[in-house]
Amino acid sequence: MKRISTSPKARDKLLRLGAVAFWLLLWQIGSMLLNQEILLVSPVSACATLIRLMGESSFYQAVLGSFGRILAGFILSTLLGIVLAALSRAFSPVRILLRPLLSAIKATPVASIVILALIWIRSTNLSIFISFLMVLPIAYENVLEGFDSADPKLLEMARVFRIPFPARVRAIYAPAAFSMLLTAVRLSLGMCWKAGIAAEVIAQPRNSIGSALQQAKLFFATPEMFAWTLAIILLSVALEKLVVFGITALQRRMEGMPCSR
Amino acid sequence: MLALRHISKSFDGRSVLRDVSFDFPASAVTALRGPSGCGKTTLVNIILGLLAPDAGEVLLPADARVAAVFQEDRLIEHFSAARNVRLTAPAQVTDAQIYAALAELRLEDAGEKRVSQFSGGMRRRVAVARAALYQPQVLLLDEPFKGLDEDTRAQTAAFLRRVCAQATVVLVTHDAAEAALMGATAELRLAPEKGET
Repeated sequence: MKRISTSPKARDKLLRLGAVAFWLLLWQIGSMLLNQEILLVSPVSACATLIRLMGESSFYQAVLGSFGRILAGFILSTLLGIVLAALSRAFSPVRILLRPLLSAIKATPVASIVILALIWIRSTNLSIFISFLMVLPIAYENVLEGFDSADPKLLEMARVFRIPFPARVRAIYAPAAFSMLLTAVRLSLGMCWKAGIAAEVIAQPRNSIGSALQQAKLFFATPEMFAWTLAIILLSVALEKLVVFGITALQRRMEGMPCSR
Repeated sequence: MLALRHISKSFDGRSVLRDVSFDFPASAVTALRGPSGCGKTTLVNIILGLLAPDAGEVLLPADARVAAVFQEDRLIEHFSAARNVRLTAPAQVTDAQIYAALAELRLEDAGEKRVSQFSGGMRRRVAVARAALYQPQVLLLDEPFKGLDEDTRAQTAAFLRRVCAQATVVLVTHDAAEAALMGATAELRLAPEKGET
């Protein structure tokens, strides 16, 4: 009898797919036992609804609207997090000054921020602001940790050889910060989507997944709620993969640069 | 170019260097010798400005170009050998000169490889090339031949003597033969727990 051997990587992938299949099956069985779509739709029904929604132009308007706003908030906060981390690394008073503000942002419930922010910000821009606030402390803290972990012996070498600051960043600080930035992205993107959509549910901007979810809730359209939730999960995973790929590519490009300063 | 005046340094109450004074002859090699723990690397770090002495001063012009081969190689791991050298070399040093220097140090096939893949001896030679091509006026070599076999050691010493002929060189070594290989004409000998000149 012929034995089929699988590599550890392939086996790991199979196991992960198996785990997803297990939970989907459990969901399907639960739905069938309950037999009330308004309480718990089946995964098959949720997927079918998602496919139906994908045939409508309003779906893409909502997806693009939410995706754009959440991505904008994420990019802005990541960039600001990197700048603030660099300033904190260079000037310790900045680090001390930022600590209480970022701790407060982290500790404040999303709902409180959303309600307060609605007073100051147009509902269209609210999810940008909320995503921004959710990611900022994580991006800042992780990148700063990366900068702090830069090898002090290499920094001494850079001082002795008078390596200019931009080259110092590329050679010593950036590699230390990249791995921590990837951790920050993985930690914060899911949270960014959750908080951004929650903000849209409350603020109800046009062309948004949050508004679509709220509409579905008002009409007890449970399959649509599940379908939109499924869409959010897929978009969140896709965006995470895309951003991680982008950062890794940038890291490789910087590491593989030719022999020059 | 380089002189020490009454340098003292202690760590946790233990005196490592005591009242060390010395005038390093310009454009010549001085061997900094002494047994382990006598403060050779501490003195190198003080000269490099990485460590402040408890007392005394280092006389060195503020604009002097100072390079070092550190006891640990201190290379950028994800950079190639050539890029490590390029990072610190002045703009007038061409890429061709970098590759020629690496070839002279028997690293002709290693220029484009990441130094993280290198053996200890290869890393040491990249650190030597980096320090030499920096075109220093003062060059501090902290056991630069560590991990090199006899032939490579001689070749590396010849390279340093040729490229850094005009530099004031401080060579940290335990070994009188290494000092001779580098053509040391002066010696600063440190004794454990008590610095002497």
